[in-house]
Parts: sequence; structure tokens; C-alpha cells
Amino acid sequence: MNNNRQYTFLLIVASVCLIYIVRLFMLQVATDEWKNKGSRLTEREVVIYPSRGNILDRNGKVLVENQTVYDLMVLPKEMQPFDTNHFCQIINLPIEELRDALKKAVTYPNVKYKPSPVVKQILPAEYAVFAEELHKFPGFFVQARTLRIYPESLGALVLGDVGEVTKEILEKNPDYRKGDYIGLNGIEKAYEAELRGKRGIRYVYRDNLGVEHPVAEGRLDSAAHEGQDLIASLDAELQKYGEMLMQNKRGCIVAIEPATGEILALVSAPTFDPNLLVGRARGNNFAQLASDPLKPLFNRATQAQYRPGSIFKIAQSLAALQIGAITPQTVIPCNRALIGCHGGHSADDLEMAIVHSCNPYFRGVMQRVVEANRDPNSRNNDAAIGLGIWQEQIMKFGFGGNMGSDLPNLKIGKVPGADYYDKRYGTGGWNYATIYSISIGEGELLINPVQMCNLACIVANRGYYYPPHTVKKIGREGTARQEYHEKIDVGVNRSYFETVVNAMEKVVGPGGTANSAKLSDIVICGKTGTVQNEPKEDHSVFVCFAPKDNPKIALAVYVEYAGFGGTWAAPIASLMVEKYLKGTITNLEKEKQIREARILNYVN
Amino acid sequence: MSINTTAKLNIDWVLVTLYALLVILGWFSIYSAAYNPEFPSPLTFSEEYGKQAVWIGVCLMLIIVILYLDAEVFNKFAIFIYAFFVLLLALVLVVGKEVNGAKAWFGIGDFGIQPSEFSKIGVGLFLARYISINSSQFKSLRIRAYALAVVGFPAGLILLQPDVGSVLTFLAFILVMYREGLSGNVLIFGFASVFVGTYSIVVGSGTTNYPYFGYQSSVWTFILVLFVIGVLALFAVKQFVVPRSRRMINTVVVASTILACAMAYSINYVVDHVLEPHHKERIYVMLSLPVEREDATYNSEMAKITVGSGGFVGKGFHEGPMTQNNYVPEQWTDFIFSAVAEEWGFIGSTVVILLFFALIFRLVTVAERQRSQFSRIYGYCVAAILFMHLLINVGMVLGLAPIIGIPLPFFSYGGSSLMAFTILLFIMIRLDAERLSIFR
Repeated sequence: MNNNRQYTFLLIVASVCLIYIVRLFMLQVATDEWKNKGSRLTEREVVIYPSRGNILDRNGKVLVENQTVYDLMVLPKEMQPFDTNHFCQIINLPIEELRDALKKAVTYPNVKYKPSPVVKQILPAEYAVFAEELHKFPGFFVQARTLRIYPESLGALVLGDVGEVTKEILEKNPDYRKGDYIGLNGIEKAYEAELRGKRGIRYVYRDNLGVEHPVAEGRLDSAAHEGQDLIASLDAELQKYGEMLMQNKRGCIVAIEPATGEILALVSAPTFDPNLLVGRARGNNFAQLASDPLKPLFNRATQAQYRPGSIFKIAQSLAALQIGAITPQTVIPCNRALIGCHGGHSADDLEMAIVHSCNPYFRGVMQRVVEANRDPNSRNNDAAIGLGIWQEQIMKFGFGGNMGSDLPNLKIGKVPGADYYDKRYGTGGWNYATIYSISIGEGELLINPVQMCNLACIVANRGYYYPPHTVKKIGREGTARQEYHEKIDVGVNRSYFETVVNAMEKVVGPGGTANSAKLSDIVICGKTGTVQNEPKEDHSVFVCFAPKDNPKIALAVYVEYAGFGGTWAAPIASLMVEKYLKGTITNLEKEKQIREARILNYVN
Repeated sequence: MSINTTAKLNIDWVLVTLYALLVILGWFSIYSAAYNPEFPSPLTFSEEYGKQAVWIGVCLMLIIVILYLDAEVFNKFAIFIYAFFVLLLALVLVVGKEVNGAKAWFGIGDFGIQPSEFSKIGVGLFLARYISINSSQFKSLRIRAYALAVVGFPAGLILLQPDVGSVLTFLAFILVMYREGLSGNVLIFGFASVFVGTYSIVVGSGTTNYPYFGYQSSVWTFILVLFVIGVLALFAVKQFVVPRSRRMINTVVVASTILACAMAYSINYVVDHVLEPHHKERIYVMLSLPVEREDATYNSEMAKITVGSGGFVGKGFHEGPMTQNNYVPEQWTDFIFSAVAEEWGFIGSTVVILLFFALIFRLVTVAERQRSQFSRIYGYCVAAILFMHLLINVGMVLGLAPIIGIPLPFFSYGGSSLMAFTILLFIMIRLDAERLSIFR
């Protein structure tokens, strides 16, 4: 019986051998699956990174360009024992950090057969020190990368910065790979596609000596397309001057060329040197900026939403005229029992009401707007209709919307309508007396500084605006995006602007609230605002454009917790106008006073 | 102990030729897999291929020594050889050098010796000796238990290192005992255990994968398939295993069902709570079940890719892109078969498997022609050990067995394994050369 067992034994061995031969056949001959996986591994794609486009200002001054840095990488699989002390000495790294990096390189999700970074973003000068010796350390190599550099050290938030793509972006967008850079905010983000260019790919395979050869004589390769340079609409001189004026203050300046919608300066204060967020120190500097109570990383020009204060009376006047609630000749008594006012006047027409910033006047305007369509049966429904018409007109000025701007993360503010008050007070639970604060730019109204400046543009153009945008030309010989060539009409009769423009001229004239902004040779038209912050100091606000005829620049200046609009915001705007239009400042005393002022109260 | 003229004449040249072929092919594979372009000479002694050449030289001397020894030595001194290796296994636990988490090596400078590889010689000799002197009583449970203990004791010591792979190869001795009269149910039980175990783990992982087929089905189809296999197995057992006369079928069915259930539960307990996480991962990888860490699948995946890369005729000696770029870690040791498969293709790897089959076949033939029971049992030990190594090692490379670090005989780089297999085989050749002078 046991003799049969030799055959059983051999049968088992034979079956196993047969199964293995069949399995070999399946892996090697029956399908190409494993073979293809193998070619994918040994045939490498060499990615040719296009260099990211530079950003220049409107006069051709370079604002952002590239510099080459090196990431020191390690492939643990190929590492051999080495003199760690010597190594750390030449790469200038504490030995503990090397140990950490090497440990990290073999700890999940890193694995020893894939390269991991040891030191990132080594500057060329630092790399030169150890470049010669690196080959003595198998498994270590450098990868060249490009970083941004900001020669003018200005416009940190409007230019934006770049960083490595996040996991979410990688999952959504197959064009990016791990370790790629992407614009995170500002122009870098808004024009990512143009700046980035197109990556090229070269296919190579490695022979048994590790030498690389092109696959299929390079027929499958694709060339890289360099990223396009951008000519920003910014004026570097003006931007720098604005940042200087706003030092030690909180707030922002927005300057736009009314005839084109091009943003000339976008200052958010306090600001910082954009070069701080580049290279090895980025992490530390970012943490420091992020924890600063003055919030320098918060772009006040695009992301703040303020109550506009009296500057809103400009929009209010235009809207009321267009709706037909008032005429330029309408006189409303300055009844200070209903709402506080200032200065000596008793009954103004529209122009003087703007000049005096008469609060009772505009309360009255709001009443007429809301009650213009009085229905004898139900006055409450009326308010909703009136407010609806008002809201529609106000939003045509760009409030409550992004105006088609290219500024990323632009906050749109809030223009409250009937539905809002219905929700808040119940349907029929409100009337003009409930909501009149919005007529003087207070209450629930929220406006973004770019929208404020855009309002000045609309008045400067007497009835239209172009979407505020930051890039004048895509490519050195190109133009702005198509949508920025189309003017947007705000639907207000051109003749109504004359009253408002004249009033704004008088605001800056003798006895006006913004006399501090007056220039001897340039006619500035403006409107101050003083936004209440009980019990804290008021915000100081000013919008203007200049010159009166054929305006070249429109501005919105917002200085937080600074006080009266004419004291701080108006002179800052006036200096900006003079700087832009003439290039020199006549009143150096005023400039010095502004520059040296520290308005940083209420820092918590 | 002078050389016996009959022995000289009766050397089995078929075995010797097969051995020589395997060793030479093995050395070529190591030369290719561990190739360092800075040292192109195959006799560079700082590289694995140069060292392996030295080991081959040492083996030649060992062969001469073995052939000059009196064949009686192996039988008479079996217990001492066994005891010597058990002692070494115990000693290595105390003074051994730890490599890859196992205390399995005696280190003498750069040079290391792995006693577990050699211990199989002692176990083989002593098991043969023990069964042959108790052959009349091998049916008794007591003797069988002792025989199992002879195998189990050194296996236990190796488990303490811990080196699970080497312990698994000791299952070879169960096959030997099967040849000497252990019930065939052992094999059925073994096969059924693997099946039940595999599917318990699949079910335990919460998927409905069919291992090796890369295919998933709905839960109900999965249950149906398992049910049909169960019914077929029941008929097979009824038809072929349980003698009809005994009418034990119900008992067998009930007992095996209970046993299978108990096993299904305990297997998952062992997988989840007893095994190290990386062991569990390796089993999951083998069964194509989802694992959390990317690099858990790496070795297995790279081995399969390397094999697949070879195609029908192979990439050629020194031409395999996967092999030459060391995608498979430590490819000259346990994963050497992947280099064979890539560079010599389906044809070459089939030839290697057939060479192993031929060697085992020849060993069985030679064992069966022995007059001495000792020699026959020892011959089966050699055949079964080679088979277990082939089964586990090649299975691992082809993704059919979990990743278990044991060498492929004659191919994998390493002095201990090459010397141990050489000694193992040539003792059999020496015993066989003597067979005509032994009277039954």
C-alpha cells in the first residue's frame, strides 16, 4: 500500500509544478498587464516644468520673477552608510534634523523606494557649497525648482503667492501633480492658467547601466510652453507710496483708472514684504504673520466689508434722482430731532445736502424712495415695493456683487432688501423709519472698499464703469481679458451726475468737509465718510476722483478707528492723486504728518 | 574510513548533473540580479556573485568529504548530529545576531551562519533513523507522537527566533511520515484546512474576493459558490475517503463541520490578534484583499511585475530592466526567481521548475530503490524539503503564497543555504552509492 504513496507524493509535486507553470504563463504570456506595469516603471516620464510667467507693473517694472532653488532629496533605497557629521556640516543642517528627515523618508506615507525631501528650497549660493561633494553620498541628489522673488517688495496681497498644491486640488484637477506650485491668492491665483504655462513630457527608458534613452525617438514627447508674462495694471510707484502712507495704520487704499477699470493700487495695511513668504523661512514667517493681532494677511481691500458711512450719500442721491423720488431742487429741512447732523445749515437742496452731508435730508430721501408708490390700502407692502426698486438701482452700482472683477475672494458686501427686513421684523413689521440708517451708509449696509472706489469711478465717468481688474495685458503684447473691455452702464441719467459732481467738488473746496484734500492745481471731487463705531473711534473714509474733467484716477481710502473722514482718509487720497498725476508732492509737511502717524488703537 | 570502491562506482550521476545545473544557473542569476557595473568580473569577491562563487568552491570540498565518509556514519551518528544542531538552535537564541528581526545567525565577523538551514540535515537523519528502527510499530500512536516530537522540538526552537518561514518548511517531514504510513487523511485535512482558512480570511476581511482570480461577486453568489464546493467535497469524502463499510459518514460530516466552523472562527482570531500586523498584511496581499499601507503590496507587486516583464522568451541575461534596477528588494536572495523569470522568460523559468521537478522525481526514484529503510526515509526527507522550499518560495514570487523569507535551493544567494542543501543532497547520494552492499 505504501508503494502507491510514492505516486501520491509525486502527483502532489507535479501538480504544484504545473500550477506554477500555468501561473507563469498567465503572468508572462497571457496578458500584457504586468509587462505594461513594468514598462511604466522603467520607462520614466521626465517632466519639463515651464517657468512661471513674470508679473510687471503698468510701466514695465518687474514685480514678480523667478529664482532657482534646490530641494535636497534622498532615495533611502540607494543610500549607503556615510559620515553624517561631515554631511551635515557641508549642507549646514543640524544632525537631529537630518535624522528626523531620514526617519520621515521611510515612514508611511513615504517609502524607501521613492525620493523624499531632506532640505527644501536651498538657495543657489548655499547649494554651490556642497554641489561638488554630493556625489560622494549615494541616494542623495538635488531637484531644481523655481521660486518667486519680489524685487520691489510690494503688493504682497494683491500679487498673491504660490505654494504646493493641496490634496483637494490634486483630486479635482488632473493637470497638477504632487509638489507642483499653484497660485494661492491675488493675481497668482486669478491668472494661474496664464502664468503656469503648459508642462512638457519627455519619455525615457533606463538601460541596464542606468543610462537614459528616449522612447520611440522622442515622437511621444511634448514640448513645454512657458507661462505668459503679465502686465499688471498696478503702478509700482503709486502702490509703494500708498503702502508707505498707510504704515502703522489699519485700512486700505483702492485706486482705479476710471476710463478703463484698471486697478492702479490696492493697498491693505498693515502689509508685509512678500519675500518673507518665500523659501525655507516661509513656514516661520507665515506663522508669525498669521498670529499678528493686526492681521496683515487679511486683505482689507478685497475681503473687508465695511459700513460705508456718508460716502454712500452719493449713491443714494443718484438712485433717488433716477427713481424720481427727488429732483436736484428738492429741499428737505434739516430736522435734527429725527437724526443728528453737523455744521450750520437748516434747509438744503440736494447739492448742498451732499456738501454738508446732511443726515436729515437723506433720511427724508429714503422716506420718499420707500413711500414713492403709496398704496392707500396697505402702506407696508408699499415699503417693500419702494425698497425693491431702490435695491435694484443700488445694486446696479456694483454693490452686493463682484462687478465682474478678477480679484479672487472679493467680498460682495450686503444691500438689504425687503426679504431681509421681512425676515428680521416680520412681513409688514417695518417701514422707512425702521430702515432709514441705510440711507446714510450705516445700518445693515455692507460695502467692500473696491466697490467704494468703483462708485467714484461711476461718478467720474458720469454713468458707467469697467469691471475693476488687476491685469492690463496677458503676454507682453497682449490685452486684458475680453470682459474688461466692455463698459457697464449703471442706468442713471447722465444729467443727474452734474449735481453730484458739483457737490463733490465743493466738498473738497473751501468750507467743505474734505478741504484738507485740496490741491492748488488739480480739482479733486470727493466725499468724506465718518463711520460710527460706538464706543470706539470712528472709521475715517474718503472717496474721490480727479481731475474733475476727464478724470484719470478714482480712489477709496478707509482708515480704521482713525476718526473724522476729512482728517485722515481725505489727505491720504489727495497725496495719492498728486503722486499719480504729477509724480511729486508739493505739501511735504502733510506727507510727513501722515507718514509718521500711528493709528493702531484697539489692538486686542 | 577509506573510500569504498563500490561507492565510487555507484554515484548517481543524474542527481549530480541536476545539482550542477541548478547551482550554475543559480550563480548566473545572482550575477545578474546583484550585478554592480563597477565590478563586472563574476569573481569580484566583494560582491554577492563573487562570494557565491566562493561558497560553491566550499561546497565542492564538502562534497568530496561526504563521499569519502563511510555511509554508516550517517546512520550510526544520526542522533549526535541531531543533538548537535538542536544545541546550535538553542545557542543561537542566546548569542545569535539579530538580522531583520530574527535571532537566526551566528555572526563571525562579516560572515554569518544560519543554523536553522543546517538543522534540517540533523532532523532528516534522525527521523530516518528513528522511524527505521521502529518501523514495525510505526502504526502506534506513541511512536508517531515521538516522531512528531523529533521534528517539532527544533521547529519550536526556530519559532522562538522567530523565523516562521523555516518552521513552515518543516511541514516537509509530515509528507515523509505520510510515505511511511501516516493516514492519507492528513493530506486531505491539510488541503481542506488551507481552503477553509483562506476563505475564512476572505470572509473575515469583509469582501467577496476570489483569491488569485482578482474577481468579486455579490454576497449571495459568493455564498452559493462556497455552498456548492462544500457539497462537492462532501460527496468526494463519502465516495473516496470514508470506507463504505464503516458507515461513519454522519459522524465524519458532523465532526468535520464542527471542526471547520471552529477553524473559521479561530483563524480570524489568530489573524487579527496573534499575528504581527505585517504578517496579516502579507496574507491579505497574497489574497488580493485590501490593505492600508501602500508599501505592504510593494514586494509582491514588484515581483509579479518583474516576472511579467520577462514575457515568453525573457529579456536576456543582464538585460532585465526590473532586475537591473533593483525594483525587487534583496532580489538575489529570496526573490531570485523573479530575476530568472524576467531575464529568461516563460521558457527559462519553466525549465527551472522542471529541473526542480526532475531532481525531486529522481530523488523519489532513488529513495524507492534503497534496500535500507533508513536510506529511503532520508531520501524522502531530502525530496520533501526541496519541495517545500520550491512550493513556498516560487509561490511567493508568483503571488500565490504570502511573503515568507525562505531561500530557493541552489539559487538564492547565501552560504548557509547552499551548503546545507548540498550536504543534504550529497548524503543521499553517498547513501545511495552504498545501497548494493547493504543487505535487507
